[in-house]
Amino acid sequence: MIELSVQHQLGDLCIRADAVVNHAITALFGRSGCGKTSLINILAGLIRPDEGRIVVGDRVLFDSKNGVDLPPEQRRMGYVFQDARLFPHLDVRRNLTYGMNLQIPELRRHSLEEICELLMLGSLLDRQPSTLSGGEKQRVAIGRALLAGPAMMLMDEPLASLDNVHKNEIIPFIERLRDTIDLPIFYVSHSIDEVVRLADSMMVMSDGEIVVHDQVENVLARLDLRPLTGRYEAGAAIMTRVTSYDCTYKLTELTSAAGSLIVAGRIADIGTTVRIRIRARDVSLANTKPVDTSILNVFYGKVVEIENDGPEAQADVLVDVGVPLIARVTRRSIAELDIRAGKEIFVMVKAAAIDRPGNRVRRHN
Amino acid sequence: MFSLSTFEIDAIILSIQVAVTAVAFSLPIGIAMAWLLVRFEFPGKIVLDALIHLPMVLPPVVVGYVLLMLLGRHGPVGAFLYENVGITIAFTWQGAALAAAVMAFPLMVRAIRLSMASVDGGLYAAARTLGAGPYRVFFTVTLPLAAPGILTGIILAFARSLGEFGATIAFVSNIPGETQTIPLALYSLINTPGGDDGALRLVFAAVFLSLIALVSSEVLARRFVGRKSGFA
Repeated sequence: MIELSVQHQLGDLCIRADAVVNHAITALFGRSGCGKTSLINILAGLIRPDEGRIVVGDRVLFDSKNGVDLPPEQRRMGYVFQDARLFPHLDVRRNLTYGMNLQIPELRRHSLEEICELLMLGSLLDRQPSTLSGGEKQRVAIGRALLAGPAMMLMDEPLASLDNVHKNEIIPFIERLRDTIDLPIFYVSHSIDEVVRLADSMMVMSDGEIVVHDQVENVLARLDLRPLTGRYEAGAAIMTRVTSYDCTYKLTELTSAAGSLIVAGRIADIGTTVRIRIRARDVSLANTKPVDTSILNVFYGKVVEIENDGPEAQADVLVDVGVPLIARVTRRSIAELDIRAGKEIFVMVKAAAIDRPGNRVRRHN
Repeated sequence: MFSLSTFEIDAIILSIQVAVTAVAFSLPIGIAMAWLLVRFEFPGKIVLDALIHLPMVLPPVVVGYVLLMLLGRHGPVGAFLYENVGITIAFTWQGAALAAAVMAFPLMVRAIRLSMASVDGGLYAAARTLGAGPYRVFFTVTLPLAAPGILTGIILAFARSLGEFGATIAFVSNIPGETQTIPLALYSLINTPGGDDGALRLVFAAVFLSLIALVSSEVLARRFVGRKSGFA
């Protein structure tokens, strides 16, 4: 358990955070400049907050009332920086063992061999950091942090400096980390796709404050948070289980609280739990059950809320079909279909619109 | 023509001895000063910076004379040292090394400071989160990464020490075998009738020593860069 309650004035920005975190991966989400990295630095001991208290497990790292302020080297925070920050004068092996050699053996949870296998670093050991690709550098940085025997991991947008190809190369490693290593992780990101794919819970930060801290599904189902979570990218996230795969048409069938959902491609193995993100712009509404349509997924539910105060031609409608779904429709449609809160309505989701990126897979042990 | 006289050999050996001593003793202080100036903000930093650089802009004779006033047998520091520890610095080769060290100090600090400032500060934070305390970070990250600049500082200071004249002659005079380094010996030879051959030999010796210093620094610097194959 991580207990966090800090306040810190940083120029014009006042960072205020109160949170108790129990989840494995907590995403710290927000626009750049909202104080995400500063909050992580406060946790790591790189910034001293004006006041507050930080507890990780049973260790008090910072407590302004009792004068506790552990220096970074005693906090055991495995920090993965956005820019990797490998030591340029050491080869990969010595980068990896830098922190490990400073840790007492009882607190080293992993051996060099284990980490090399987990992150596939074996072939890189004798290389110099300058010869590594961006993705390889991040893998080494993750390994280096893990080998130092951390009590928790802080990952500051580890994918931000990578292109899409390298991003997709790293994400599976972070998933493996999450699923195989029992460590709480704070994952800073400004990409909803990453959050949906990796995180259990998310904190949304704005102007230095944590606006909301909840399960990813719950946060994304809130229309009022869309200015912060991104309007264009808005959409619901739902937890599903893979039930079957149709080889002929290459479609995966998922089961959720809303019933069966068909998506394109083979997104995961049967039996695995997958978090699917359904973008609002891929969801449409109808008063009568559509027939003769190309849309494979039709749900029936009740309108919960309509976001109607934006300046745009579109409005977002939150519908409860067993799980929350958000549909983006025009204001004209809202008027013509007489959509209002409480109304029962058909919700259509294009199967073709949902595919691999942004989905979260968790293997069952 | 090409065989060196004892007078010249003494001057050459003394020069090397003085320069090596000057560099060896000022290096730790130079590194510490450079680190202080790069990493910390404190009141009086500008004054300290100016003091370190003063010998670079003052006439060397002034520096030598100030040293003599302070460290001479009757100077405040010199008298204290003589009465309590029994050592004399003025008019000794150690004094020549001190004069050389003071004159070369700004060059050394500048070179080290530049290379330390170019080390990415983010690496310090990374090392700290990995469990290294400030001193360990200094020895395992700062120093190795500043090594090329430290090397440059050593060579510059060594060369400057070899060439030191004004401060040396004012502080420790021109005593053959004790304080008469190459420049001072050269000065004596030029003022001696028939000293031209000896002067020329010393000129060759000076050129040779300086070349060795330059070439070895170049070779070492390349090895550093080769080992790191560029900074990440």
